[in-house]
Amino acid sequence: MNLLDLLIAIPGIGFLLTLFIPRKQEQAIRMLTLGVSLLTFVLSLGLATGYRTGQPGQQFVSDTIWIANPEIHWHVGIDGLSLWLIILSTFLTPIAILVSWRYIQDRSKEFFAFLLLLEFGLVGVFSAWDLFLFYVFWEVVLVPMYFLIGIWGHDRRIYAAVKFFLYTMAGSVLMLAAIIFLYNRAGTFDYAAILSGIEGGKIMLSHGEETLLFLAFFIAFAIKVPLFPLHTWLPDAHVEAPTAGSLMLASVMLKMGTYGLVRFCLPMFPTAARENARWIVVLAIIGIVYGALVAMVQPNMKKLVAYSSVSHLGFVVLGIFSFTQMGLDGAVYQMLNHGISTGALFILVGFMYERRHSLEIADYGGVSTAAPWLATIFLITTLASIGLPMLNNFVGEFLVLQGTAQAHFSWTVFAALGVILSACYMLWMYQRVFFGELTEKVKHHMPDFSAREWACMIPLVIMMVWMGIYTQTFLPAVTEANVKILNQTGTNAPLRVSLPAAGGHGHAR
Amino acid sequence: MLAELAPANFAPSADDLLRFAPETILTVAGTLLMILDPLFAKKTPKLFGNLSILALLAAVAGTAGAYTVQGSAFSNLLVVDGFATFFRFLVLAIGILTVLASYRYLDLEKAETGEYHALILFAIVGQCLMVAANDLIMIFIGLEISSIATYILAGYLRDDKRNNEAALKYFLLGSFATAFLLYGVALIYGVTATTKLDEIRTVLNTPGNVPAFTMVSIAAALMFVGLAFKVSGAPFQVWTPDVYQGAPAPVAAFLATGPKAAAFAIFLRIFLTAFQQIASEWEPLIWISALLSMTIGNFAALTQDNLKRMLAYSSVAHAGYVLVALAARSEIGTAAAMFYLAAYALMNIGAFVVVIHLAGKGERHLRVSDLAGLGRRQPITAAMLTIFLLSLIGVPLTGGFFGKFYIFRAALESNLIWLTVLGLLNSAVAAYYYLRLLVVMYMHEPGDATNNLEPLTPGLRAALILPAIGTIILGVLPGFVLNFAQRSTIFGAR
Repeated sequence: MNLLDLLIAIPGIGFLLTLFIPRKQEQAIRMLTLGVSLLTFVLSLGLATGYRTGQPGQQFVSDTIWIANPEIHWHVGIDGLSLWLIILSTFLTPIAILVSWRYIQDRSKEFFAFLLLLEFGLVGVFSAWDLFLFYVFWEVVLVPMYFLIGIWGHDRRIYAAVKFFLYTMAGSVLMLAAIIFLYNRAGTFDYAAILSGIEGGKIMLSHGEETLLFLAFFIAFAIKVPLFPLHTWLPDAHVEAPTAGSLMLASVMLKMGTYGLVRFCLPMFPTAARENARWIVVLAIIGIVYGALVAMVQPNMKKLVAYSSVSHLGFVVLGIFSFTQMGLDGAVYQMLNHGISTGALFILVGFMYERRHSLEIADYGGVSTAAPWLATIFLITTLASIGLPMLNNFVGEFLVLQGTAQAHFSWTVFAALGVILSACYMLWMYQRVFFGELTEKVKHHMPDFSAREWACMIPLVIMMVWMGIYTQTFLPAVTEANVKILNQTGTNAPLRVSLPAAGGHGHAR
Repeated sequence: MLAELAPANFAPSADDLLRFAPETILTVAGTLLMILDPLFAKKTPKLFGNLSILALLAAVAGTAGAYTVQGSAFSNLLVVDGFATFFRFLVLAIGILTVLASYRYLDLEKAETGEYHALILFAIVGQCLMVAANDLIMIFIGLEISSIATYILAGYLRDDKRNNEAALKYFLLGSFATAFLLYGVALIYGVTATTKLDEIRTVLNTPGNVPAFTMVSIAAALMFVGLAFKVSGAPFQVWTPDVYQGAPAPVAAFLATGPKAAAFAIFLRIFLTAFQQIASEWEPLIWISALLSMTIGNFAALTQDNLKRMLAYSSVAHAGYVLVALAARSEIGTAAAMFYLAAYALMNIGAFVVVIHLAGKGERHLRVSDLAGLGRRQPITAAMLTIFLLSLIGVPLTGGFFGKFYIFRAALESNLIWLTVLGLLNSAVAAYYYLRLLVVMYMHEPGDATNNLEPLTPGLRAALILPAIGTIILGVLPGFVLNFAQRSTIFGAR
């Protein structure tokens, strides 16, 4: 049992333990789940320190047979792509628990248990190296989120939860069919074996088969991302979910989709990915602009942040389908950035909702006078989200635009429009909420941060700055994984890419 | 064509008797219950349930004993192989769960317990006989023993109008369907001069010796009609919702699993051994029936407000999934069907047990909205139902998921690509009505039904927890059951 196994097992065991604590012991339940998630986070840092760049293949591999017939392996391992997404999950789970500390009073046992189950699934999804195992974790994630939205959400929670579940389910059954089809061809679920089989020509897929398989995987992932026009579940789910739910949904679960695109769609079906890239990119750009425009007219803060996610995730898809190393690096970096900054925005909006019990922008005004620290942190987060240099999103967006420009300059023009629009809607919202006249209601209901709230926000702000300034902590491992994936995707990339000699950022040659 | 009759030795050997042990044990026990009924019914109503559980456990031991001496018995009328043993274990387990689920119900309804349990045991005798039969006549006899007992059970509360309607409907349509089956048997006998499955296979397999091919196909089609009725496969599913709704709830749980599993067993055995040679003839029938069952079942279930009716339509849909496995016509398809039936029996009985518990006296609370707030009032019951529903949806780490997975894998391997895609999309549709139950249970405020719900009785608790554990085990470590199924498929046997 290695470190990675432990990281999956601990939240799982924590989930089961929580179920056995009597529901009256609410404080004990909170402490236990927080302890478990903190332990998982601390241990997950071992992945970062133990990860060695420059080694072929995955690291922290653990491979045992789970089911003998058909042969399904418990095969987990990480590369630079999954490394930081796993740490993002373990980093945000304790924060999600802290955020809900006081807000969740009703049936708190189930709530906190579900957060641990969610973490179990998320770490599993990002480390599974067996297609079947991947599918299992993929679906496992669905269940706790369904309940988080449906039980603890706002007024239209049931509609949102069911819509969320059915959308995802419809996509994933297609993926299951594709996985089984691949198994029947390859005789194994092992991803590395399937990949080398496809590359080596041992698994022959006709052109039509490859396209259909690509689409089956792609639709499942595109729903999760969500790519325009499959995004309609997202505003509902985000707005109705409790803060912790929105946080985990936006920050980590959406990345399951983009992760799947990079991990599976590109390397397994390179030809189909290239052939279909054109319309996918168009959809991504539509998503960027459409999401931003819709965000601009939202009267509801949470909905605004939700639509901004559609826009941001459009960037990620654009970067992925630019087939350039910079674009892909930017896309992966943007997945992490979006996790931090949009997560922080959802938390802040949640804090304000707890105080004022409203999400409507019109109900606020002058908050900066009443709660200056809240306003400051919100401002930092806003600036991070719109891509101010020295803060995290700037790096990701810049890389995506740069990579896209290498592939197709015209795409960059449209995508850059999204950057400008994001500044508009975010700053406009900031102005309406935090400046202006201080109303009586806001004045009396807007205390500044408590110690617990500080504890949630400080780590996030640190990460925004760190990721904005010192990318070397994160990018080398990501770049290495991306180069490998691009090479698997084929040689007719717009630009050949190679592994940089030492650390540092790869340069297109 | 008639083989010359060898001077037969009709005295059964000791092995023959051992191979017949489960049926013997249950028949004796059932008869004993009838004799004891007038003596103890008033004083100790629980006695009969306890005795039948003992009898069923003894029959489980008998089945294990019979498995040690595999082979054919009674001049090849019966055959005890892995396949038969798998299904014997399954129907016995279903029997035990049904009895556990019935204690409280019979108590509430003040129903006679002696006859009830005797009938359950006889129905299981018939099912054990069916799954081990190697002869169309034996199959027919087993089917009738099981059917007659269940006809009575469906109308067991004789003063209840709905019970009477259910029993009558089930009896009339059931007899009609059996007639089709019998017609098919007669035609087959006319063409091949035998009713033994292995001999029919030999006759059909002999090259240049496919006598009256059309006749054989017609016979297969007629038998398909009879069997499709029994497994409630579309378009012969019409009786299912009415009968499940009208029958006493524990009986409905039994009907949805026991007779269905046994009928599928003979379905598989007849079509994959005797009629394997003409598979290309019957495969389209199964294909269409599978698709219709899944689609009709799932779409009709979407609009149901009565829990029993919803489960009835869901059972039609699940029959469709098993038919997909049959359409695959392969060894792994057969194993997948077997695995699925086991997983289905557990999750379906479990779901029915919650309905029995919720419905209360006179089955008053059967609407979906009656589940409101169950998660708050009885978290354990709700958690168990959640496991069953997730399994019925087919979420990983439950038996239902692996069942579907094996079935669709088999279907894809047999190149049934469109059937697979349509089936999988169907299971996404199905998620909607199962989710509705979860929504009501956890996200609505408690209503009358859940506020006045009595605590789980020990029998019901056992009938909930055992299938829940089984569902999880099948979902996490499916290997054991699947391997047993795969070792004992009869595909292309003998």
